Amino acid sequence: MPPELLVVSNSAEQTRACAAALAEQCRAGDLVILTGDLGAGKTAFCQGFGAALGVPGPITSPTFTLHQRHEGRLVMHHLDVYRIEQLDETIELGLSELLESGGVTLIEWGDKIRLALPARYLELSMELGERDDDRRIRVTCVGDGWQDRMAAFTESLALRGVTSC
Amino acid sequence: MVVLGIETSCDDTAASVLARRADGTLEVLSSVVSSQIDLHARYGGVVPEVASRAHIDRIIPVLAEAMREAHVQRGDLDAIAATIGPGLVGSLLVGVSAAKALSLVWGVPFVGVNHLEGHLFAPLLEEQDVAFPLLVLLVSGGHTMLLGMFGPGDYRLMGRTLDDAAGEAFDKVARYLGLGYPGGPVIDRLATEGDLSAIAFPRSMLHDGLDFSFSGLKTSVVNYVRRHPEVAATDVAASFQEAAVDVLVHKARLAASQIGAVGMSLAGGVAANTRLRARWAAAAKADGRRAHLPSLAYCTDNAAMVAAAGLWRLAELGPTPLDCGVDPNLSLAALL
Repeated sequence: MPPELLVVSNSAEQTRACAAALAEQCRAGDLVILTGDLGAGKTAFCQGFGAALGVPGPITSPTFTLHQRHEGRLVMHHLDVYRIEQLDETIELGLSELLESGGVTLIEWGDKIRLALPARYLELSMELGERDDDRRIRVTCVGDGWQDRMAAFTESLALRGVTSC
Repeated sequence: MVVLGIETSCDDTAASVLARRADGTLEVLSSVVSSQIDLHARYGGVVPEVASRAHIDRIIPVLAEAMREAHVQRGDLDAIAATIGPGLVGSLLVGVSAAKALSLVWGVPFVGVNHLEGHLFAPLLEEQDVAFPLLVLLVSGGHTMLLGMFGPGDYRLMGRTLDDAAGEAFDKVARYLGLGYPGGPVIDRLATEGDLSAIAFPRSMLHDGLDFSFSGLKTSVVNYVRRHPEVAATDVAASFQEAAVDVLVHKARLAASQIGAVGMSLAGGVAANTRLRARWAAAAKADGRRAHLPSLAYCTDNAAMVAAAGLWRLAELGPTPLDCGVDPNLSLAALL
């Protein structure tokens, strides 16, 4: 499946701005997965996303706790499945209950549990670029439910000075 | 007073029996952590690490082992303490349910314990004359925080990580370098053969308050290794470890001086790091403070610390009602 959008970021600030633009488009029940190498900016993205939702306090990495719940304009479920080795361990996450509980769910390293994911979600694949601070974020809509929001997302990115194509 | 402690907040299933003697001294009669028991041989089957099923399979044998090692019977117990959070909800429920069931059946009080407060009791398990205020650096895979401890139950949160925990950075860097998991011990070992000043990794937020940030350090390591694929892993390990330890020790000294700490203690799994322990002892000595370096068994997750915190809670605040739930996001703020 080709990416719907390619976002170019050249700083952690721009990655956070991209997250803020996406947060604007999110509704209760949405699922966003973040994939990509170590240090690609997944946690920075989640921090920008949480800040845009008005979550108070720091959004720290949930690698060891697996799941952190934050209260903002929407409830934000922040998951990190980096440590998951076997798919059956995802039962512990209670993913379907989370998705139905009325918040927006972000899963770092979500590609590790792809078989356990629902039919529709947004995938952000983050890659390191040429220079140390460069990042490319490939945005892919899986299933329906996101395509109609891509135009507004692109517009919101442009308003924040983030390049996409 | 004899207390049975239960800890199941994360991967380890742990139980411990702790006694407080008439003169107030604490004595750990047993401290069992599931990984010490050859469950595979004794009970069969390999259990996934993260699932709460593993705790269900282990909790009874671990409890029985703790009671047997301590040579106590149920009639000897004065209370049962269990971690109620923070942690994985399914895992917490196993320990708390076991504790409540035993409390009800054996007719002894139940005490719910905050896992983070448990870690603060680690230095009190081996030393009877700990003086306050005590500066505690709780540093593990899931936490990095600086706490002022003015006595049991009297804490001040002074600094915390704004992104990754320090132990998480060790694990992720080790995995990135292809060194395996857990990353702490392997980086510790490799670093002894490397040059700690080979690469100038950033000391994030060094002069910026008492909060920490380790995400940028991890990214710097990734960027450096991408640019210099020929670099020796020993030098990366030593330089990375030194950058992390520098920030931890620097901020701990600052926090200790702010509260006029008599001593400074390490807690949490990263407290096993030999470089951190050496630098910690040296910093305390230089500043005229007493260094507390709990044994590794009491730094990592264990139930003796839970029993100790539970014992104090019971004496000060009485038992916890049996309708108390678990709280996966329980913070230390509830205790401040």
